[in-house]
Formats: sequence, structure tokens, C-alpha cells
Amino acid sequence: MNIMKFRPLFLIISLSLIATSIFSIVKWNFSFSKDFTGGSTYELKLPNTKDDSSINKIFSDNKIDIRSIIKSDNIYTVKFVDITQDQKIKFDTEFKKLDKDTEILQFSSVGPSLGQELIRKTIFAILLSSFALLSFIGYRFSDLSFGTGAILAMFHDSFILIGVFSLFGHFFGAQLDALFVTALLTTLSASVHDTVVTFDRIRELRRKHASLPWVQLANQAVSEVIVRSINNSMTIIFMLLALVLLGGSTTRWFATALLVGVISGTYSSTAVAIPLVLLFKKKK
Amino acid sequence: MNQNKKNLNLFYTLSGLTFICLILNLPIKLTLFNHTFYRPDFNFKLGSLQIKPNTDLKYGLDLAGGASLIYNVDTSSAKTSDLASALESLKINIERRINLFGVSESSVKLNKQGQDNRLIVELPGVTNINDAIDLIGQTASLKFMGIVELPPEATATATFDDVFKDIGLNGSHLVKALPVPNPNTGAMEVSLEFNQEGSKLFEKATKNYLNKRIAILLDDQVITSPTVSSIIPDGKAVINGSFDIKSAKSLSAQLNAGALPLSIKLLSQSQVGASLGKDSIDKGVRAGLVGLGLVALFMVGNYGYLGFISVISLAIYSLLSITIYRLFSITLTFPGIVGFILSIGMAVDSNILIFERMKEEVRAGKPWNLAMELGFGKAWDSIKDANTCTIITTLILFNPFNWQFLNSSGMLRGFAVTLLLGILIGMFTGVVVTRNLLRVLASRKKI
Repeated sequence: MNIMKFRPLFLIISLSLIATSIFSIVKWNFSFSKDFTGGSTYELKLPNTKDDSSINKIFSDNKIDIRSIIKSDNIYTVKFVDITQDQKIKFDTEFKKLDKDTEILQFSSVGPSLGQELIRKTIFAILLSSFALLSFIGYRFSDLSFGTGAILAMFHDSFILIGVFSLFGHFFGAQLDALFVTALLTTLSASVHDTVVTFDRIRELRRKHASLPWVQLANQAVSEVIVRSINNSMTIIFMLLALVLLGGSTTRWFATALLVGVISGTYSSTAVAIPLVLLFKKKK
Repeated sequence: MNQNKKNLNLFYTLSGLTFICLILNLPIKLTLFNHTFYRPDFNFKLGSLQIKPNTDLKYGLDLAGGASLIYNVDTSSAKTSDLASALESLKINIERRINLFGVSESSVKLNKQGQDNRLIVELPGVTNINDAIDLIGQTASLKFMGIVELPPEATATATFDDVFKDIGLNGSHLVKALPVPNPNTGAMEVSLEFNQEGSKLFEKATKNYLNKRIAILLDDQVITSPTVSSIIPDGKAVINGSFDIKSAKSLSAQLNAGALPLSIKLLSQSQVGASLGKDSIDKGVRAGLVGLGLVALFMVGNYGYLGFISVISLAIYSLLSITIYRLFSITLTFPGIVGFILSIGMAVDSNILIFERMKEEVRAGKPWNLAMELGFGKAWDSIKDANTCTIITTLILFNPFNWQFLNSSGMLRGFAVTLLLGILIGMFTGVVVTRNLLRVLASRKKI
């Protein structure tokens, strides 16, 4: 199987994904959740309320700006700035007045200082895991070409995940929250994990057939591991897809982020990491 | 021969282990064919260690419902030397208030973030969270003051100081307030207990104000003004009036609140209704089962008999995981369920790696048994490497040493812990269990 002949195609796919990500990030930025910016969310069940105009009125009467309001059946999710406990109690009674069967499914409020703390911790976590994974790659592959290839593939995947969420944020209201960061870190490790398996195979073949050109070794290695790689991703994708479609709304975007990360990680180990290694080897 | 015997022994051990896990995960009460079976009690003590296999799964706030509150502690009023003890006494005070509120399994934790001191309060199963926040957050100053009865014509022009006379007694003198039923009448009362200095002040005050009233003020608001009926020398008093259980509890909580050594400010809160949590569990379980079914179909479809064996070890894997959650009372959150479900997908990975290697060896003309052993041997390196990456990341997410510069929120930890356990257990079932099953059950089968 001569999969490396598709290298120009892989390049086009990856470049257009990255270009789309950059475009979306520049044009639409991100939609950060209250975990980062501070803010409040109500999830309310109002069985006797037809539409959100009356909810809007409660907020405008209290001079609180609504960031977003989403209705599904008779459950309303309202996002707005962070409020004090006194304001919250007032809202609670006004909802009860509006609809006597009101049920507060969920309420959370985060102060802005906590948001900044989370941003700090998130950056630390990303730096720390990148550093740890880099050390691991360095330890496993003393060969610089392999190490650099794996790292660039890892950044490729995380960048695409971030870009996709900028896009999803604009079109479907996905937000970057603490769980997104978790998914991002998991993506970093999943990406490296897949690449390591493929690289291992190339090096194993290299020991056996030292005289063969790198391209041929790469082709052979990919055709040997691609079934495993795809099958393994399929099982993870089945699990995550079930979660996205059937799981609760709380973690739908979390599962989506993991799904995007896994797919991108599988793609990049063959289509990004190996072509990069070949590129470096050719230059030598 | 010897090898065969070893395999059989391991097979029986694993079967036994699975059986034990199965029993532990049975419902406590099971009705089958008109007979009710009860799960036997497995709790036992090993030295000082309590082992409780009977523990039920522990759900986090997002699944069980309840509230989580984060407060910032204002430490500006405390001296650095007293800070530690002031924080500790703050924690004890808040715990006491929560206990009066009657929540089981609540927790109060102190958490230092750089210069800031945080107080994290978790209240599982509370429904009236606004009341709880009220109760916790009262930064009340408690005072006892004598009341000067003024003639009616003077009340209109009287100032606060005309009516209330300071007797030097305040919240710092109060040891505790408790709602108690009167032993004779059964009516609810609130009992007060003062410390030594407070007892002296109180004795003096009851002497001066005998048959007059003493007001108890919380934040300069009169909450009650009982009439002094006798001189009280021992620092113990009861306030009686028309209390019911609820108002007696609420008053004692307020009185206890007066003793907060440091003031606190609510930074963030999160509350989840019990119905939403239940809904999340149902959805998570359904998604997990559907996913598991798809993976099983996929594995059997792809690898036939081998796939079937891997599905069995996957079932053992799930059972083992849930048993470990129980034994170590790991708190399950919804992201934790996601971690578990994700780890099921990952656990199959080691089997896929092995089976693909086996196929290669068979294609190369090796006999089946040899191909199997070679497959396991060669795949092990990849399995180890691949899982190392995920273990690194989950450790950073889990933050086992509680490093301040990393997150320690329950949501992220819930995900990290189930994923980490999943990977470790998955390596065990994927390699040890699958290999043993293959050696014992499938030794004569063809691929």
C-alpha cells in the first residue's frame, strides 16, 4: 500500500483545516464560558411557560443583561453576568411567581476572580503536560526527526481542536470551559500515543531492512498499523458518539471535543507525523 | 504441562475474582421468582482499616444533586500568628452551622490559593440552598444588651442608645447555643452556654436586669428579647418563648453564627437539582451501554472468536472498575462517567494491537499458539508506550499532590481518576485476562 503518495493531499487537507481554524479564530474569536469570564447560568424547568419573553422581562426589569437563552421543550438555559446571592433569591421568587411549577434544575455563578485563577491554572496545566509529553517523546526517540514530527503533529491536533471550537462557538454556541481544557489535554496525549505506535513500527522495520529508503519503510509501517489505528479509533469513536448523542447536555460539548481530538489524532499520526519525518530525512 | 497448570490456576483465580466482583455489585435487595434475596454483609475490619465492600457508589454533587459553595476568607482582621487558628475555628464554626442545618456527608475544606484563603463547602442533597447560604454567610456580630423600659411618651424620640445598654457580653463569650425540648413541658427552647468570662458578665447582667428584659442582637437587629426570671450564675441559660422545632433550630443557628472569627464572601456557587442528577446518571448509563454494545458488535464482527474473548475481558474490566469505585469510595461525577466510557474504548486498544500482531504472525506461517504468544509479546511494548502518555496527562489533571498552581476542582478530578484507573485496569484485563482466556479456552482453535 503506497499511502505516502497521498502526501500532497494530506498537506492540502491539513493546511485547509489550519487555515479554517485561523480564519475562525481571527474572525469570530472564542466563546468563553463563565468558568473563565465569571457569570451565572440558570437551568429552569417552566412547565406552564410558552416562550422566553416573560423570562427576558424578569431579567430586563432587574437590569441584568442576558448573554444567551436557549429553550428545549420546557427547559430554559439562561446565561448572564454573575450576580449576588440577594439578586439570586429575588430571581428565584420571581420565577416562582411566573410559573408556580418552576423547578430550578441547576444554578451556578462564578466570580470573575475565580475565572482568572482558572485561566492561570489552565495555562500551567497545558505547559506542564506539553513539557512532560515532550520529555517522553525525547526519551523514546533520540532521533530528532521523529521527535519533531511527533511534536508538530501534537500541535497540529490541538490547534485544529481549538479552531473547530471557535467555529462551533460561532455556529452552535459551543463554549470553552474547564472541561474543554481537559479534552484538549487528553487530545495531546491521544495524539502522541497514536504517533508513538506508528513510529515504533517504522523503527522496527528499519532495524530489519536498514537499506530500504525511508518512504518505503513508512509505507510498509503504515499499511501494517493502519488497521489497528483505525479499529482502535473506531471503538473510542463509538463510545464518544454514544455520549454525544445520548448523554446529557452537561457534557455534550466535552464529548464532542474528545471526539474531534481522537479523530484528528488518528489522522495526524499517518498524515502529518510521518510525512514530516520523511521531509526531515530527505533534507539530511 | 507445568505451564498448562499455571494457566488453569490463573484462570480459576480470575474467575473467582470476577465472581466476587459480581456479588459485590449485586443490588442489596433482589426479588427473584417471589423470593427476596439479600446481599450478605461483607464489611470487615483489617487492623485499624475499615474495609467496606458494601459501600454504595458515591456520586458527586452534579449527579446526587446539592450545592457547592466557594467563599473567600477575609483575613485582614487577623494577625499572622493567629491566622491558622482563626481559620481552623472558622471552619469548625461553619461545620457546626451546617450540622444544625441537618445535611449528611457535607464537607468544609480550607484551600489556600496564593495570598487568598478559600473555604469550600459541599452540601450534597440540599434542596433549599438559599437558606443554607443565608445560614453560612451571616457575618453577624452577636450582642447581649439590657433594655431600659421607657415611658410610652418617650419612645417616639428615643435613640438606640437610650433603649439598649451595653452589658459587655457578646458572641465571643458564647460557647454554643442548642435547640432543646423543655424536660417538663416538651416545648422547644434554646439553651445557651457561656465561657468563664461570659458567665460572670451574664451573672451580673441577670442581677441588674432581674424581671426586666435582655435583648439579643444580631447585626444590631433584635432577634429576641427574653425576660430575665432569675439570677443565673453558671453561664447556662435557656430562652423560652413560642418556639417550634424549626424556629428553635434557626435561632440557635443564628446565635452560633455570631461567633464567626473571620468574615467570608461568596465567590461562586453551583447547585444542581436532584432530578437533573438522576437524569444525567440515566443518560450516562444508557450511552455507556449503547457504546459498549457497538464496540462488542464491532469486535466480534472484525475478529470473530478472538473478538468474543475480548468482549468477555471487557465485561470483566467494567465489573472490576465499578468494584474499585465502590471499595475506594471514588466519587463519581458526570465527567467521571465520561472518563470511564472513554476508557472502555481505550481498553479494547490493547486487544486490537495484540490481535493485529497475531494475524501478521499467522500470515507469516507461524502455528496459531506460537502466533498468539508472539502477538502478545510484540504488542506489549506498544501498549506500554501508548498508555504512558495518557497516564502522564491524567496525573496532571488529577493533581495528586494538590499543587496550588494546578486545578483541583472536583469535575476535572472526577474525569482524571476514572480515566487513570481505566487505563491501569484496562492494561491488566487487556493483557493478562485476555491472554489467559485465550490460552485456556482457545488453545485448539484456529484464527
